[in-house]
Amino acid sequence: MTSLVTRRVAAKRPPNYARIVRRLLPALSFALILLAIAYLNPRAISYLGFSLMLNLAIPIVLATIAQMFVITINELDLSIGTFVGFVGCVTATWLHDDPLIGILVLLAAIAVYAGLGALIHLRNLPSIVVTLGMSFVWQGLSILLLPKPGGKAPDWLLGLMGFKPPFVPFPVVAAVVIGLVVHLGLMRSAYGTVLRGAGGNAQAIGRAGWSLLRTKVVMFAMTGVFGVLSGMALIGITTSADANIGNGYTLLSIAGVILGGGEFVGGRVSPIGAVIGALTLALAAGSLLTFMHIPPDWQVAANGVILIVVLAARALISRKGG
Amino acid sequence: MMNMANGDHIIAQLSGVERHFGAVQALGGVDFAICAGECIGLVGHNGAGKSTLMNILAGTSTPDAGQIRVNGNVEAGYTIQRARALGLRCVFQELSLCPNLSVGENTRVSHASLNGWGGTKRAADLIMAKLDEIFPGQGIEPGDIVADLSISKRQMVEVARAFTVTTDPLALVILDEPTSSLDAQTSQQLLSYVRRSVAAGVSFVLISHLLGEILGNCDRIVVMRDGKVVADDRANSFDRSRLIATMGGGHPHAQAEVSELTDSGVARPEMVRWRSEAKENRIELVARQGEVIGLAGLAGHGQTKLLIEVFEAGSGSKSGITVAAPMALVAGDRQTDGIFPLWSIALNISIGSLARLRRGLFLAPDLEQAMAATWQHRIGIRTPDMDNNILSLSGGNQQKALFARALGSDARIILMDDPMRGVDVGTKLDVYDLIRAEARLGRTFLWYTTETEELGNCDRVYVFRNGQIVSELARGELTEQKVIHSSFEGAEN
Amino acid sequence: MSMIAKLSGKPWIWSFVGAVIVWLAAIIYTGGTGAGGMITAALSLAVFTVIVGLGQMFVITLGPGNVDLSIPANIGLASAVAMKVMGGDDHMVVPGIMAALGSGLLFGLFNYALIRLLRIPPIIATLSSSFIILSTDIAYGRGLQIKPPPGFADFANIQFFGIPILAVVGVLLAVVAWTALQRTGYGRAVLAIGQNIRAAKLAGIPVERVRLVTYALSGGLAGLNGALLAAYFRGASVDIGNEYLLSSIAVVVIGGTSVAGGKANVPGIWGASLFLVLLLTMLNTFGVSAGLRLLLTGIIIVGVITAAGGHKPAR
Repeated sequence: MTSLVTRRVAAKRPPNYARIVRRLLPALSFALILLAIAYLNPRAISYLGFSLMLNLAIPIVLATIAQMFVITINELDLSIGTFVGFVGCVTATWLHDDPLIGILVLLAAIAVYAGLGALIHLRNLPSIVVTLGMSFVWQGLSILLLPKPGGKAPDWLLGLMGFKPPFVPFPVVAAVVIGLVVHLGLMRSAYGTVLRGAGGNAQAIGRAGWSLLRTKVVMFAMTGVFGVLSGMALIGITTSADANIGNGYTLLSIAGVILGGGEFVGGRVSPIGAVIGALTLALAAGSLLTFMHIPPDWQVAANGVILIVVLAARALISRKGG
Repeated sequence: MMNMANGDHIIAQLSGVERHFGAVQALGGVDFAICAGECIGLVGHNGAGKSTLMNILAGTSTPDAGQIRVNGNVEAGYTIQRARALGLRCVFQELSLCPNLSVGENTRVSHASLNGWGGTKRAADLIMAKLDEIFPGQGIEPGDIVADLSISKRQMVEVARAFTVTTDPLALVILDEPTSSLDAQTSQQLLSYVRRSVAAGVSFVLISHLLGEILGNCDRIVVMRDGKVVADDRANSFDRSRLIATMGGGHPHAQAEVSELTDSGVARPEMVRWRSEAKENRIELVARQGEVIGLAGLAGHGQTKLLIEVFEAGSGSKSGITVAAPMALVAGDRQTDGIFPLWSIALNISIGSLARLRRGLFLAPDLEQAMAATWQHRIGIRTPDMDNNILSLSGGNQQKALFARALGSDARIILMDDPMRGVDVGTKLDVYDLIRAEARLGRTFLWYTTETEELGNCDRVYVFRNGQIVSELARGELTEQKVIHSSFEGAEN
Repeated sequence: MSMIAKLSGKPWIWSFVGAVIVWLAAIIYTGGTGAGGMITAALSLAVFTVIVGLGQMFVITLGPGNVDLSIPANIGLASAVAMKVMGGDDHMVVPGIMAALGSGLLFGLFNYALIRLLRIPPIIATLSSSFIILSTDIAYGRGLQIKPPPGFADFANIQFFGIPILAVVGVLLAVVAWTALQRTGYGRAVLAIGQNIRAAKLAGIPVERVRLVTYALSGGLAGLNGALLAAYFRGASVDIGNEYLLSSIAVVVIGGTSVAGGKANVPGIWGASLFLVLLLTMLNTFGVSAGLRLLLTGIIIVGVITAAGGHKPAR
């Protein structure tokens, strides 16, 4: 953009402040929560503190990114939580005992996701209902695989998730890497642009000669890939699995995408925002509420209130910005 | 019919093309051909089949019958990808940009070859070069998100994007109402660019409701009516009146019949008063009981917005608007604003009068049926059964159902948002009669129309430009020239 | 041809057909024993899904994006409120039910306020409020008398010739819902809004008032369901409503209501609820494990929806 931008600088309009503030909102709410934690418990702002507070953040971040892919194309995955649980069970059993079978099963699970994308597009089905049905399927498979909590994470996975890099805690490094990789893929690559365009105006993308079936298949497959990564990361932290281990992730992942500035329709998503949204939730849900001495009874409510406040702020800014 | 210079290279040819939408025949055996380096003007009333024909040429719609040839070869399995590879581009009437993407990204998705890293930057350079070439000084940045741009800037991007070239050639560009959202100056910029491109060998099909644009810029003019080509001749053999006559829009009798309406009813009670929020505007809109008020001007200059504002003022208070009686609105864009597509014709009509169709607490189906039957008879809806789905009707009859919904309600003020779009002449004449009859009975009509002849049915006409009323014309002083002059007042043409 | 056309015009037929098929499969397996008991049990359990399904149906019919995810939390809180107000005293049953209804209505209104005033999408609005309701329930339910009054519990378990009294209540509610949908201006308005909200506004329908009533209605029915569940299962608990998140949506869709909005089906709610309950009964009779039961339920739901097919949503 160099030559053109320099030439056009003179004619530059005042920037759209509402849009800028809106874009920064996820980061602002994250910073606000960090500040609150620093104020309430200064010792938490340390290598060890972050390692502990963000202990479970990586799987949440990955699940949120998974959810973001389907939200980009105006769909919703209500089965991601049970899917993460299923992947967890596979990881703690087959992947540990017989890696080849484990890998094949996980690849097959991703293929099922791709197939769902095709089914939803070809039969014009509501994704909410299809994934609702799939949530039973994944849960059933998990229980069949692991009727009682147990299993064991593969050692290499434990080693990876237990990695302690110098200076910066692993969850922070992982979040930055995940955010950047997905940002490059979805926001900067040619096909990523097409995929987001399919969420904004599918007809236009079809008219430009792209296959809409392929966009759905690719996006659902990506959700499957990141769901698998999320489940594996989770088991790498918890070391053993449980059929219900991922159930909370469905709602967490949706909330993370929305907190991160994503919208349910129109292809407006932000991978970096989603990562920040997931981190915000991880911090707010776990640490902040404890430091604030909010009684455990009200911690869930506090999560709801955080969601409402952030979204209300966003609605207010958007309305002002016109 | 074809009047092409012999020996010209024909780049695209459609023969015997037919297309049906449910009960409606959109195209009934159309022949159409374009030569290299030729600009064809395609005119006809709304619903004449122009857009459908162009969708087939662009590969976005498949004909039910007929043949497509490009560069002399018969194209079987013609698709949009094939059309693009052959150098055909189309700027559609409804914008086909992705609102969530930037200007550069929108260009990138239309060129598969702009892949790899830095593709968006190359796309940005490409589109900005084209924008600066066609619309110098337009002030668009490549990083602007399309949703943030004004509608006219979006149209500029859309048009400029069609001219960007990467690997596919550029042979023919279809422009479907390309100036509908542009002001006079940018329209002129675009049209002169079109002329320059024609000289360079690019072909065009230009669809426009502004006959001056067609007559002034095209080499050949094709006129369509009711899904057929009714004239195809060199542009200089047409003038405005021959075009209008061929399109078949004029009803010479309408003017004479209306004169009986004339009755300066200054003393009658005022039903609607509207004042623009802008301070510099001094003309107020006033509608009295029994008046038919026309809203004129170019499309999208605030007429629909006024109707919606007035309509919303009925359910709450709004500054600058006074409404004295219940209202009903007849939508022009039937699909998005009017029809309930899952319902029968009868239910689509009765929804405006449910409060009246009750017995005790509950709706009475027999009263609804009776109302539907009454209006089927009164307004002449052509269907074997009013319980059939609304979509089984042709466009004109769907519109009649919407009129029945409004006229059958208790509303004393009827707002009409260009309701005759895509409606056949017979339906129009029926509805004009009905409107006059209802006005005589004391109903008030606010009537926005894009078809200037219809204004002859109005007692007074307000002309809109840029959201403002720029002039008020009484019935006696109403001519098409005056309306057009007011629509462009202050502009260069 | 006309037969097929007629049946395809009434998609709810299939949910009843499905219910009968799974019931037949179950009694063939048992050799005919327990056929009646199975129906009685299915009727009792299906009622709870029917009640919340009716509320969810009105919400979903409002059009894409409209869904009430706060139903389970609402049920849980209302069951606690009802038990607290009743306090084990048979004289307090009616005030208790009113209190449960009130609690549900209140949170229904709260949902609508979030959607309307803060412009939060319904999914997130009802999700956030369900977090708040859940916490309220946990905090409120501590050390609470959670047993229903004996008279109320007995009432909820009454049967006449194998027909549970709750099933009668459920049928009455369905009739009321059907009447509201087909024969009142409110029902027409919901259907119109779901097809085309803009056209509905321009046809003079008070869109926002209708949406408010709909979300309040869904909340109120969840509240009522909470009280009845606590009576039937002889106790309230925080997670008593958990399974109704998925099943309330599933019965609406399987019952022939369009997720694209504008088309609702009341009989289908009953058919789909019976189908789901009998499906579980059948799988239990087969001695299928819990995991396989869930797996098959999921596959059947996806299969039914794929077979029913989507239709293009109205623009």
